[in-house]
Amino acid sequence: MPMPYYVSPEQVMQDKAEYAKKGIAKGRSSIAMEYADGILLTADNPSASLHKVSEIYDCIAFAGAGKYSEFENLRKAGIRHADLKGFMYSREDVTGRSLANGYSQSLGTIFSQELKPLEVEILVVQVGVNGQPNEMYRISFDGSIIDERNFAVIGGKSDAVQTVLKEKSSGQAPPLETALSRCVAALEQTANLKLPPEGLEVAVLERHRVGRKFRRLPVADIRLLLSV
Amino acid sequence: MKLPYLPNHDDSSFFDFVSTHHPGLTPGGHGVVPADRWAQPESVRSGGPMAVPHATTVLAIKYQQGVVIAGDRRATEGFQIADRRIEKVFKIDEFSAMAIAGAAGPCIEMARLFQTELEHYEKLEGMQLSCEGKANKLGQMVKANLPMVFHGLVVMPLYVGYDLKRAEGRIFKYDLAGGRYEESDYHAIGSGGKDARNTMREYFQKNLSEPDALKLALTALYNAADDDVGTGGPDLVRGIYPTAKFVTAQGIADVADDRIRSVYDSMIAVRRSRET
Repeated sequence: MPMPYYVSPEQVMQDKAEYAKKGIAKGRSSIAMEYADGILLTADNPSASLHKVSEIYDCIAFAGAGKYSEFENLRKAGIRHADLKGFMYSREDVTGRSLANGYSQSLGTIFSQELKPLEVEILVVQVGVNGQPNEMYRISFDGSIIDERNFAVIGGKSDAVQTVLKEKSSGQAPPLETALSRCVAALEQTANLKLPPEGLEVAVLERHRVGRKFRRLPVADIRLLLSV
Repeated sequence: MKLPYLPNHDDSSFFDFVSTHHPGLTPGGHGVVPADRWAQPESVRSGGPMAVPHATTVLAIKYQQGVVIAGDRRATEGFQIADRRIEKVFKIDEFSAMAIAGAAGPCIEMARLFQTELEHYEKLEGMQLSCEGKANKLGQMVKANLPMVFHGLVVMPLYVGYDLKRAEGRIFKYDLAGGRYEESDYHAIGSGGKDARNTMREYFQKNLSEPDALKLALTALYNAADDDVGTGGPDLVRGIYPTAKFVTAQGIADVADDRIRSVYDSMIAVRRSRET
């Protein structure tokens, strides 16, 4: 009887992780940053219809990087999870933490059990209301989950963007226009090209909005904010 | 792609998803009810026309800017008043509202489910359903409730939406089998619906102004309450008045209680002067 080749689990995991990382680094970066009145989501995205940033629930938003079809599926599953929970219990019982946990479990299981890992990195952010702090979770292809402060970066050259942002960060939540120009500058610097407002996808979770707090910023608004 | 720990997500309908995976959560999906647990209405067993219990009057009238939708506040249990302040007009999304007649529990449940359904679709697809699409979806939900109708749990909606593409307000009524019919001017449903329709037929005109449309809606509700035991009129002692909403291109606006009260005050003054 021929013996199957033995490959150590360590080697398998390493290969999978390398494969996933390569896929994620191919894309462009997205940034979530806390600002004075909420959370700003900025993505380097030339498409106006294929979104990288999306609403999940009243206070929760999603950003994905890597393979579009894969994080799109995760986005839909997240919306379904949130809407079901909100319908079954109440709107205030839908939390970013439980959603991030669900994502982490799913990605972790897929990473260890499937042949091909998901080439995605995602962000789940929740704006805090009634004096609660904001929450930002970065979840990687292997299900590892990181609780971020001030800002979080996914996809592309995320490490480089993170370094640039860290240099500029003052520790205090900046006003919206400062936050946006910081994000755009960091994206431009690492991508080495000028990003026009049309090439950006920008959305905010506004703390003081009533009901659903997610709002996409149209190109005109982005241009206005960047010109301040 | 199957995601462990997160449920299936193949299509954009929350209603279909809930019906499949959590049937207990839908108004029509309470499962099979043992026949002896629920007394069937006499008329069902005899095969005659079914008496539909829906003590309510809710109505909608088109006017210049859109549609006004209004309803009384009374809930009954047999010959008892169950609730004096129940809300029968629900905001569904930014551009549509729905009023209900029927069994209170399933009605409110269906309104919540419909709200979630539309929001769910909007988030998944990145755009809102069309006005027509929303009306059709509601029809499917009413149809799914049909088994419960035979147990007396009727849900009968009146749906109004502002159609942004056509730039006009629209009114849809339904039958128990989920049939969907568009009304061109006005409509009222519930036990006092006929009385309200009589009033509206007398005084309705095309392109009413906003104050006139509101006044007509409130008058029709008053007359319905006058003739129908299931419909509550304005409660002057407790200060409970019918509720109304305007559905226009600007979205949905609640009509303030004070405004409704002042309309009723002047109407009642006129009627009182007739008696002396």
